[in-house]
Amino acid sequence: MIALLLRDLRLAFRAGGGFGLGLAFFLIVTTLVPFSVGPEAVLLGNIAPGVLWLGALLACLLSLDRLLALDYEDGTLDLLVTAPLPLEAVVSIKALAHWVTTGLPLVLAAPFFGVLLNLPTAGYGPLVQSLALGTPALSVIGTFGAALTVGIKRGGLLLSLLVLPLYVPTLIFGAEAARRGASGLDTSTPLIMLAGITFGTIALMPFASAAVLRMGLR
Amino acid sequence: MSIWSYANPVKFLALSTKVQPFLWAAAAMCVVVGLLWGFFGTPDDFRQGSTVKIIYLHVPSALMAINAWFMMLVTSLIWLVRRHHVSALAAKAAAPVGLVMTLIALITGAIWGQPMWGTWWAWDPRLTSFLILFLFYLGYIALWEAVEDPDTAADLTSVLCLVGSVFAVLSRYAVQFWNQGLHQGTSVPVATGGRTVSDVFFYPLALCMVGFGLLFLALVLYRTGTEIRLRRTKALRVRAERSA
Repeated sequence: MIALLLRDLRLAFRAGGGFGLGLAFFLIVTTLVPFSVGPEAVLLGNIAPGVLWLGALLACLLSLDRLLALDYEDGTLDLLVTAPLPLEAVVSIKALAHWVTTGLPLVLAAPFFGVLLNLPTAGYGPLVQSLALGTPALSVIGTFGAALTVGIKRGGLLLSLLVLPLYVPTLIFGAEAARRGASGLDTSTPLIMLAGITFGTIALMPFASAAVLRMGLR
Repeated sequence: MSIWSYANPVKFLALSTKVQPFLWAAAAMCVVVGLLWGFFGTPDDFRQGSTVKIIYLHVPSALMAINAWFMMLVTSLIWLVRRHHVSALAAKAAAPVGLVMTLIALITGAIWGQPMWGTWWAWDPRLTSFLILFLFYLGYIALWEAVEDPDTAADLTSVLCLVGSVFAVLSRYAVQFWNQGLHQGTSVPVATGGRTVSDVFFYPLALCMVGFGLLFLALVLYRTGTEIRLRRTKALRVRAERSA
């Protein structure tokens, strides 16, 4: 398992692995928002938590289609399915690698992008907390979507259509926590709900992802 | 004779073609009588005027939009557990019907909301959950279209339906947490038996609800029959090519 994790991480970090692309996309979204809604500081501060959450979600989504597709193309996935390691563990590791290479950098970079959008001072803690709690759920749910579409040619758009509705609860609670934090309100309720969603999906989604992967590769 | 004997496509087709004329007739009668009664036979509401009459389209279609997904959930489970092709095809056949029902509910709601709430659309929990349900239907249908092998497609969409159901329920509660509503509560709570609409409006509404249910059933049977025949022609064509 650790070998698989290290392999995935190494592949991502080395040239052509696409590490940092999500981060760059996140930066571009953050840059484009003031162009589209105007540079007014108050307005930007108001929408900053939501925009940052949405940007993080889209950056996660963009990197999903290479999560399993590359392994599918070169046949690694077939080997992994027949390996002694349970497939549930394989998809969990895949999700973890995705989170380390996409979700974690987003969490760490979010405060800096918050400065660009004039996020209120009180909002930084809750923003990082909610992203740190919520992005693992995005990776795990995304792995399910990637597993669903792995055998489909040009499945990228379909993947977005399938995964985005599944992201709704995570986005609602995550952005709500960040928004409440930015306006100085208590964030514990949405954070608890977000944690519930994250741990629930981490516990259950690998089974669905593995089942779907077996069906798709049969 | 158990219900599982109708997992045999031939038996299913025989029964469904026998039942369908009656279903269509009953559905047409209920919907036509219910709508006419509702539109012309009931008085205008004291406050809402004649706009209230859109309820005869809105409530039954919303009801069937949810029940169609529920039916897909049950048939998907049957396909995953017992691998009856008819069951998977019934789920496939029900999805576009459910999609259209959701669309009707959304559009009639918007038409009613414009004069009554002063807005076509509000980010109200009920409205938002229906929009999300609409997206789930779209994704489900798109996945059916995208996968070439029919059995794999049935497998994948079944799991998507199960997972989607969980997330649809989750979204429903998340959305309620996120924004307070503008939409009124249900007028016909089945669980408690109490009603907030007067009998004058309730009887045609109930007739419309029954009619939409029957219409849904007839449509699904018809579409399932089409899917079965489509698959059969495909098999025959493959066989003909092989022998030629």
